[in-house]
Amino acid sequence: MPLDNDLVKRFKARFGDKIHEAWTDRKQSILVVNAASLVEISEYSRDDESFDYLVDLTAVDWPKREKRFDVVLNLYSFQKNERLRLKAYVGEGEGCLSVTGVWSTANWLEREAYDMFGIVFEGHPNLKRILLPDEWQGHPLRKDYDILTQDTAWVRENLGIESGQ
Amino acid sequence: MADTRTTGFPGVEQTVLGADEIIINMGPQHPSTHGVLRVKLRLDGERIVDSECVIGYLHRGVEKIAEHRSYQQFAPYVDRMDYVAAVSNGLGYCEAVEKLLGAEAPMRAKVVRTILTELQRISSHLLWLGTHAIDIGALTPLFYCLREREEILKIFEKYCGARLTTHAFRIGGLQYDTYDGFEAEVKRFCLDFGHRVDEYEQLLTENRIWIARTKGVGVLTAADAIDMGATGPVLRGSGVKWDIRKAMPYAAYEKYEFEIPTGKNGDTYDRYLVRMEEMRQSNRICLQAVEDIPAGPIMGKVGKVLKPPVGEVYHSIEAPKGELGYYIVSDGTTQPYRVRIRPPSFINLEALDKMIKGHLVADVVAIIGTLDIVLGEVDR
Amino acid sequence: MTALLEFLNTYMWRLIFALVIVGVLPLLAGYVVLMERKVMADMQARLGPMRVGPHGLLQPIADALKLLIKEDIIPENADKLVFWFAPVISVTAAMVAYSALAIGPFFQIAELNIGLIFIVAISSMGIFGIILGGWASNSHYSLLGALRSTAQMISYETAAGLALVGGVLLAGTLSTKQIVQAQQGGTWFVFVAPIGFFLYLVASIAETNRAPFDLPEAESELVAGYMTEYSGFRWAVYFLAEYANMIVVASIATTLFLGGWLRPFGSIAALDFLDFFPPLCFFVVAAYCFYRTPKQPEPIQSAVMALFGGLCLLLAVAMALPFVPGLADSKPGLHGAFWFLLKVFLYIYSFMWIRFTFPRFRFDQLMRLGWYFMIPLSIVNVLGLGVYKVLRQLQWNRWPAFLLTTGGTLLVAIWLVWIAQKKAGIPGSVGDMTEAEG
Repeated sequence: MPLDNDLVKRFKARFGDKIHEAWTDRKQSILVVNAASLVEISEYSRDDESFDYLVDLTAVDWPKREKRFDVVLNLYSFQKNERLRLKAYVGEGEGCLSVTGVWSTANWLEREAYDMFGIVFEGHPNLKRILLPDEWQGHPLRKDYDILTQDTAWVRENLGIESGQ
Repeated sequence: MADTRTTGFPGVEQTVLGADEIIINMGPQHPSTHGVLRVKLRLDGERIVDSECVIGYLHRGVEKIAEHRSYQQFAPYVDRMDYVAAVSNGLGYCEAVEKLLGAEAPMRAKVVRTILTELQRISSHLLWLGTHAIDIGALTPLFYCLREREEILKIFEKYCGARLTTHAFRIGGLQYDTYDGFEAEVKRFCLDFGHRVDEYEQLLTENRIWIARTKGVGVLTAADAIDMGATGPVLRGSGVKWDIRKAMPYAAYEKYEFEIPTGKNGDTYDRYLVRMEEMRQSNRICLQAVEDIPAGPIMGKVGKVLKPPVGEVYHSIEAPKGELGYYIVSDGTTQPYRVRIRPPSFINLEALDKMIKGHLVADVVAIIGTLDIVLGEVDR
Repeated sequence: MTALLEFLNTYMWRLIFALVIVGVLPLLAGYVVLMERKVMADMQARLGPMRVGPHGLLQPIADALKLLIKEDIIPENADKLVFWFAPVISVTAAMVAYSALAIGPFFQIAELNIGLIFIVAISSMGIFGIILGGWASNSHYSLLGALRSTAQMISYETAAGLALVGGVLLAGTLSTKQIVQAQQGGTWFVFVAPIGFFLYLVASIAETNRAPFDLPEAESELVAGYMTEYSGFRWAVYFLAEYANMIVVASIATTLFLGGWLRPFGSIAALDFLDFFPPLCFFVVAAYCFYRTPKQPEPIQSAVMALFGGLCLLLAVAMALPFVPGLADSKPGLHGAFWFLLKVFLYIYSFMWIRFTFPRFRFDQLMRLGWYFMIPLSIVNVLGLGVYKVLRQLQWNRWPAFLLTTGGTLLVAIWLVWIAQKKAGIPGSVGDMTEAEG
């Protein structure tokens, strides 16, 4: 269901066509924004729209789409008691701007998204794997990474077994 | 043990005693890192100059597994994340899927869910209290806490057959109705539990050593807490009066009266007080809820095969450790397209590096304890 | 040959006593561990060890056997000689310290006129074992534990020593035997110098690395501190040293403050029936053992229970010997040992009670307590006791002198607490710690 309330109007007035789409899904507002302007939109959301709390930052992989990743930012405003979801579409190999400067909590969340999806966050202070070992090859939450896939070379070398399955 | 060759910190190499600073690896095998957390500490004497958390030792790829299971099949997996509060995990997941389906659980199911979840919060906080106290060196509270936790686990066991990984709820409601005497048992526990909390407080709250060890340790200001994304008791300890049970009520919380305790200074002591008060408030909710559990069905209309319409939903609950969120994307099939779990422990743990800087080694364990992390949830 | 015989003739009893100490002290330490576990269990609503022997009575022996047959691991990069030697130093120091202690008027290996100084000197040698062990392990945890231990020992040894000086002042001698004799007929020194006793209690907890001052081996912080890399028998030796040390400090406190082997109210004839207490006590325990014997689940446990009952009965008979006409001479020796050990165990019980009640101090707080409170107060305490002694010599009555000096010392203590609180500001803040370390 398309969304066109005051909030979206303010966003659109400020950022124009950098706000690509807006809709609600199960009464939750979703805003698709230009990946290149993610930081300024984030700053605006935090400072002017009082979405001062980054609840979660994650990604979704749509391999068939032209820009395969959604980077999803879940925001919350203590003042308005309202949630807002920002999405930016990022293609394979493209960098996404890091929002660590806006919310410190994004640090680990972006590392996790990098770890799991291989999305490179530009401007991240310490972008390395967080849950998987540093030398691991592959990004497991991508759709083309099968559930039985593993970095066999790493497993063999470090665990001394043929397979972790 | 302590690795001196590859320190992982720029500019520091080869130090056993030659240099002023030493590096120690706390964990992943350490008595008080609450699991397989590893913290690399750079020490000047006993003071922490720098630190780095290394996590992932317990990574099981829960989010990946979710994409290969049907909605119902995945439900037991969430119990394995925060394994000391499995009921809360299950509640969050079931409600998220219900929201995605547009279904709703009947009132009776909601009330029973509320009771069990609040009991789980008490049991999780009890385990936290016991281990936190042991970290700081008070040996006795743990056993008192376990004694009461045991009562709660017995209720769980009678209700659904499991004590730890309960899988107590189903999408759409409950599988089992309450057993005979459920109300009486919960009530007996709740009436007794108020005094028990007083007993723990007697041992700790005004103990001078306890105060000295916790006051002013690991201070997190309200602004910092929000910036770091801290939730739950950690956020409330910093003075932010925010609780999802009040802000965005779920289950049957609207019906009950309870307070949100907050701290002032955002230190370990305040977080301790907040959790102690939370136990009392949970107890209060349980007492109110168990007084009248509405009659009626326990399962809503959800069908045998779940095919949520295309779309996505984010639903979060106030788990014992903080905001536990599920972001589920559906592509219209029987398996979720993506399940993202927003783990409170993971995000609270992020604040650790900031909180321990400048403190002593002894404070590190106090601060890890006060963050109340469960590594199963941090690593998923 | 004759020289040897002569030597034996002169020193036979001392050799026997020494053998008894070496043989019994480890056993006693083992049973102190059992007692600790039982006390802990009782305070924590549990049962404690119940498996080995009836009510876990054989647990210490099982533990010792287990530790003896465990694999002996020495870390690769450890300094092997020092690593091997360190625990031995600790345990030796603890045992040698016992040679000058008088358990009863007869039972003493070496009657030294500088007994107390000897004990304090020797028992503080034990710290070398800890430091060397921590150093030789080549582990950072061990090293930190050893460093903590050093600082703690230095700080609290001072306070403990000064607290002892108070008692020595009152007794006017350093010989352990004469210190006890000085309390005979009069009052125990704990009632003359309660603050001195309190100071020694706290300092001795710190000296033996017991909670809430167990920082050198703080389990939740440093894994096991200086013992981190030790396992099996070596670890057991450290453990033995720790508990033997506890017995030593408890014995010192008993000797100096609690009247050593003297019976409580020894000077009040109306309370002479207390003499019946030692045999009666053992007799009751024996009776209870026999009562429980048929109720044990296994025949072997019944047997052990009966054995324990028999042992206690034997002890009861031994304690009753002084009442047999003609053997009255044995009373001070037998009953003295009983009262002495009873007091030692009560003192150790208070250690345990404290351990299971309080959280652990942080290192800087421990140091601050030591240097800002314990040491100044112990100096004032010595002064106070000096004044008391002078006042007594000036024919003052006991009570006014006592109230004056103790009250004065108490006021100083309150003042010190006040100062410390004012200085500390918010306890534990970052700025606060910087100030405390200087």
